[in-house]
Amino acid sequence: MSERSVERALGLLAAVGLAIGLCAGFLYAPPDAEQGEVQRIMYLHVPLILVSYLAFFVVFVASILYLARRRERHDAIAHSSAEIGVLFTALAIAAGSIWGRPTWGTWWTWDARLTSTAILLLIFVGYLMLRALVDDPSRGATVCAVLGIIGFLDIPIIHMSVVWWRTLHQPASMLRPGPPTVAPQMQVALYANLAAFALLYAYLLLKRVRLEQARWELSRLRMEVAG
Amino acid sequence: MTLVRRALAIARKDLLAEWRDRESFTAMVFFAFLILFLYSFAFGGDQALIRAASSGLLWLALIFTSVLGLARSVQWELENECLDGLLLYPAQREAIYLGKLLGNLAVILLVELVIFPLFAVLYNVDLWSQLPKLLLIALPGTVGLAAVGTLLSSMTAGLRAREAMLPFLLFPLTIPLILAVVRGTEVVLRGEPFDLAVPWLKLMGAFDVVFVTASLLTFEYLVEE
Repeated sequence: MSERSVERALGLLAAVGLAIGLCAGFLYAPPDAEQGEVQRIMYLHVPLILVSYLAFFVVFVASILYLARRRERHDAIAHSSAEIGVLFTALAIAAGSIWGRPTWGTWWTWDARLTSTAILLLIFVGYLMLRALVDDPSRGATVCAVLGIIGFLDIPIIHMSVVWWRTLHQPASMLRPGPPTVAPQMQVALYANLAAFALLYAYLLLKRVRLEQARWELSRLRMEVAG
Repeated sequence: MTLVRRALAIARKDLLAEWRDRESFTAMVFFAFLILFLYSFAFGGDQALIRAASSGLLWLALIFTSVLGLARSVQWELENECLDGLLLYPAQREAIYLGKLLGNLAVILLVELVIFPLFAVLYNVDLWSQLPKLLLIALPGTVGLAAVGTLLSSMTAGLRAREAMLPFLLFPLTIPLILAVVRGTEVVLRGEPFDLAVPWLKLMGAFDVVFVTASLLTFEYLVEE
């Protein structure tokens, strides 16, 4: 299968998955016993944040590969994944903020996980700004690869420091050991949305990488024409 | 231990150049003092409020200040192609990073040694009895700051907006360090039991180890082109 058709298939799957996820989140899953309808934001908030962590992990791995092998493709993956990660993190924070207003009574609070997510967003916004500022593409790729690596290594340290600083967030309910405390329909809706957003991420990543490669091709052709 | 000897030679060169014009040092001390001076206007002269926040104020002033020296330390290597000269120097790239790191560390530590007494006078803090403990907190904090700062300044050197870019990258990455060093200083200045500062010291130690190692591994890629 060619890259184009993989991309098209992923796009289709993501669209179907998101539609199923919407139905599951709004119709299949029951409203929360305490929070009511507003808890449905979880089906957007949690997948977005989990997928953005995946995106930053991809930046980390692709950055190491770029430094080791110097392939343009690895740089394109790191750059594209960072862009999607920043978008998803920002959306997750916005969705969380809308969820926090009725349940915690505030748009923003300096809770541990909230704070460390915001710091992560700042680091990778810096990554995108740095990339935009470096004119030489291969210099930009190297510099950003180093930043992608140390930015990712910083995540556990940031997390630990901020947890010691303060904590208020409800403990993670899906990814911890022991029996889950969430109703089975809710879990189904959450996993459906998680899969849909992961597909959306894969689709956007492929598309964005291809765009980046088309850009190089264009600048190479321009150089050739200019002689 | 040629690596260490070569790193020391580079640090010595940087410090000698700094000693001859004292440009970074003077600017940094004055800037840090100015920030500490300005804070009291932000707080409207409320002494209790200032004292409660003083550890955070001190370190924010020092971290803002450190950007001045860090940005310059690699930037001046680009002028007159000094960096190319350094790269011809028969040493591993790691020695260049370590030398730059030591030079930056020494300058920031010296600035701190001048600023601490000024801080004590301005904010009416009893510093003298606590000075050894304060230095024990300040040292790992400053090592981490200089380690990340040296790496980042070699990334941003030569860029169009480097003055803005260095703090954009440095501040978010060093937030764990800022939290730790501020909490540690609070423990010391308020006379709380020193045990409370130990977890923060460990955190700074972990930060320093992770970032010095990561910098040593990645620095050669940044200068090889």
